[in-house]
Amino acid sequence: MEPPAADAGAQPFCAWCGGARAEGDHAGCERRLATVDPPRHCPVCARRMVVQVDPVGWTARCSRHGESAGTNGFA
Amino acid sequence: MTAVETGGTGEETGGDGVEESSAVVSGDVLAVAREQVLERGVGLTEDQVLAVLSLPTERLEEALKLAHDVRMRWCGPEVEVEGIVSLKTGGCPEDCHFCSQSGLFESPVRAAWLDKDRLVEAAKQTAKTGATEFCIVAAVRGPDAKLMEQVRAGIAAIRAEVDINVACSLGMLTQDQVNELAAMGVHRYNHNLETARSHFPEVVTTHSWEERWETLQMVRAAGMEVCCGGIVGMGETLAQRAEFAVQLAALEPDEVPLNFLIPNPGTPFAHLEVPQGADALMTVAAFRLALPRTVLRFAGGRELTLGDLGAEQGMLGGVNAIIVGNYLTNLGRPAEQDLDMLETLKMPIKALNDTL
Repeated sequence: MEPPAADAGAQPFCAWCGGARAEGDHAGCERRLATVDPPRHCPVCARRMVVQVDPVGWTARCSRHGESAGTNGFA
Repeated sequence: MTAVETGGTGEETGGDGVEESSAVVSGDVLAVAREQVLERGVGLTEDQVLAVLSLPTERLEEALKLAHDVRMRWCGPEVEVEGIVSLKTGGCPEDCHFCSQSGLFESPVRAAWLDKDRLVEAAKQTAKTGATEFCIVAAVRGPDAKLMEQVRAGIAAIRAEVDINVACSLGMLTQDQVNELAAMGVHRYNHNLETARSHFPEVVTTHSWEERWETLQMVRAAGMEVCCGGIVGMGETLAQRAEFAVQLAALEPDEVPLNFLIPNPGTPFAHLEVPQGADALMTVAAFRLALPRTVLRFAGGRELTLGDLGAEQGMLGGVNAIIVGNYLTNLGRPAEQDLDMLETLKMPIKALNDTL
């Protein structure tokens, strides 16, 4: 099991909308990830993740690719 | 990020011409407010709030300055800092149209429970910021026995390790649950009316504004402080925003958290625009002028709506409390950034012994 890479931009799926990064414009998604949203979709497989936000950070767990964590935006 | 423009012309403050012309107030509303609210501490009426909300953007700076003077006169310079955490996320049976935690929408938010260790750690991190309040929140219609037990255990664990006031937000309560929470020592209970009574059916259909009001009355009667606010930018008219301000004033809450809509994917309000900064700041000023003595708190959405400098303008425009760090499902800016802002503005953080 391999956790999602920190460099979400290099992964095939958008961590905000779950769409393929190669398709469509994800600039709006990246703005949200950089400001007010933790990742909701696994950037490796696009599965919805179980996300827990707390005052200083977040964790996001993909059933296939494990857990990632951060403090602010994901972009 | 850029400051919210306060000196521009031609920018609408929101709403339409009909409601702007319906604000019948004799004399200039800010001059009236200076005498009525600043000097006498009497909040604005609904017509007067509407007149403030309808002011042109070039008068925003003046409105914010007056709101700040009112806050300083009737509340003082201290800022109340709070942290919040979601104990139970997602899977809510209610259909609040702004909320990504409803189980009725195709939202990307999945259900999650916070364990006790992480709850206590969140309280510790919050206390480190100088915050006096830590609010435990659950996405539910109302608490069941399992949730009440988790809250009881969580509060006991926090009390054993952290010196902070504990608040709760667990939805609608029965009288027995109100009594239980009061007995647990819950300092303040949050239950937002969210919007004007006349607009509520457009926002929530699974329960009523009146049911929320009833919970708030029980909370107050049990001796807990009442925290009740809402969200700006859910399609309400300016008149409904004014209506909401005076309905909150009638409730006489200890605290009013003011949120700005974050249109979340999958929710019925996903298509709405993020509220505009000038509009949001005029709302801040108007709410302070309607509620001269309450704790008026910046809550969710300020990052998108106001940016960094807009937050400063709000703190200098009537706001005297702030949620620091992240929210329930959305992220905030780092707490240090808000604490630095308060230091720059020379606003002291309210100490814990001043809140008891």
